[in-house]
Amino acid sequence: MTDRVSDIVQKVRSKNAGPFWVTLDLFCGSAPAFERITRGLSDEKIASLLGLESGALKRFELPDLHVLKFSAPRPAVQGIREDRDMHGAGWAVLIAELEID
Amino acid sequence: MVKVLVPSGALGLGYDPVALKRGIAANPDLIAIDGGSTDSGPFYLGEGVSKYARASTKKEWAGLIVARQAAGVPLVIGTAGTCGAGRAVDWLVDITDEILRETGTSARVAVLKSDQSARHLKASLAQGHITPLQPAPDISEALLDACSNIVALAGAEQINAALDTGADIVIAGRTTDTAIIAALPLARGCHAGAAWHGAKIGECGALCATNPQSGVIMLEFDAEGFTVTPLADGAYASPHTVSAHMLYENSDPFLLYEPGGHLDVTDARYTALDERRVRVEGSRWVPSDRYTVKLEGARIAGYQTILMALIRDPRYVAASDHWCADVSEKCSQKVSDRLALAPDAFHIELRQIGKNATLGALETAIGDPVELGILAIITADTQDIAVEIGKLLNPYLLHHPLTSGEEQPSFAFPFSPPEIDRGPLWEFCLNHVLTLQDPMDGFDLQVLELGLD
Repeated sequence: MTDRVSDIVQKVRSKNAGPFWVTLDLFCGSAPAFERITRGLSDEKIASLLGLESGALKRFELPDLHVLKFSAPRPAVQGIREDRDMHGAGWAVLIAELEID
Repeated sequence: MVKVLVPSGALGLGYDPVALKRGIAANPDLIAIDGGSTDSGPFYLGEGVSKYARASTKKEWAGLIVARQAAGVPLVIGTAGTCGAGRAVDWLVDITDEILRETGTSARVAVLKSDQSARHLKASLAQGHITPLQPAPDISEALLDACSNIVALAGAEQINAALDTGADIVIAGRTTDTAIIAALPLARGCHAGAAWHGAKIGECGALCATNPQSGVIMLEFDAEGFTVTPLADGAYASPHTVSAHMLYENSDPFLLYEPGGHLDVTDARYTALDERRVRVEGSRWVPSDRYTVKLEGARIAGYQTILMALIRDPRYVAASDHWCADVSEKCSQKVSDRLALAPDAFHIELRQIGKNATLGALETAIGDPVELGILAIITADTQDIAVEIGKLLNPYLLHHPLTSGEEQPSFAFPFSPPEIDRGPLWEFCLNHVLTLQDPMDGFDLQVLELGLD
């Protein structure tokens, strides 16, 4: 059975980490949710959704916090003509709406 | 033990005055507040201006100056005026003088400027003292010359030099978010890992606790670790809220690079002292071989004019991709004809608000909008050319038909004229570190007597 990421986790947050990076935090809220999210969200899946090479992603699993974190160089540096989203806010919604097994 | 009172995550965001009073009553050794960030984009550094309203800045800064007088300890602000460029620092110095005069007081103010001259940086570049971070734009002498402002992020050493002047108030240009908090504990021999880790936890004020909008927290540093205490009613720190703050705006939740080394919190232990306070020990500071400061620079990458048209006709909403492409193509052709511009000398984008404006090609949800905002963004080498292209685009946005045979349509314009000059398109163009022989190289420290003579 598939569920939306937003139905499994407490919160998805995306923010700039300086003008050249964006970081994505998935607050899972419980050990079972953390297990399911870390299993369901491969680097390849996240990278393809965000239009990145999977090698560009840094992945951090923080079981004590039930947090899965991804960071990546911004596809468009903050504020350049090609950048649509000054604070990197939109990625969170994209991930929250993703369906996983 | 050293106590640092942090009123909020940034001057201009507001703080809880009751909690601030509580903090003053607890006898802090220093009051520290951040004045900025790159998070709002390159414009602020480009122009050297503040994001926040002068009125908010003045009111909140005046409250902190009063609190400082009551506590009899230094008040430090880092990255003054959002960007920490000299012009923004001067802006806050002016506001400070105004507040002091209006309240009939005076103060000794240390002003630390972080501005870097292109001339010095070109010499540093030639000597191999500028190193790219990942990812970094290509650097050259021409790029350094093109920046309107270049700043270096000061660390604890420069803040301590400012505090050592005996100043009542320190107004610093660009610093790391953490340096203003970590400096005094480091100078007084507290645990270095704890000084930097506590500073990172506290730099956004009560964002590391529940009731994050309340702002005010106290950080207590000693030889083994630090303790964080939120001071507002209804604000509680827990091991979870505190440790989770290492994730915030940080690409690596365990490491934080600072001038002179890095913080490693991999082995940090977070313990609840009671329902409000958290104790942290086990963070490590790893000194580096070289003393480096990060550089930030902004330059103009063009000038923009924008227009907005609103499409409500269902037929046009349904065919918006085709319509936008057709308008862009026909207008680009006209620009080439009328202005004799090469195709790469200008850029026209029609962004469909209500369809995929946030995510562009990454959008996965197909909606069924009742109307679309067509945000036209024109970029050119000068403002005059950009607005001229806007005027060429205007008739297409107003009347362009889907097919040549149909009656001429009209679309809604919210403004007259629809062309809005956005001014320069600024971009961040440095992600590099500069190696310094002495931490004060390239920083300017002055002491001023402000307020009543």
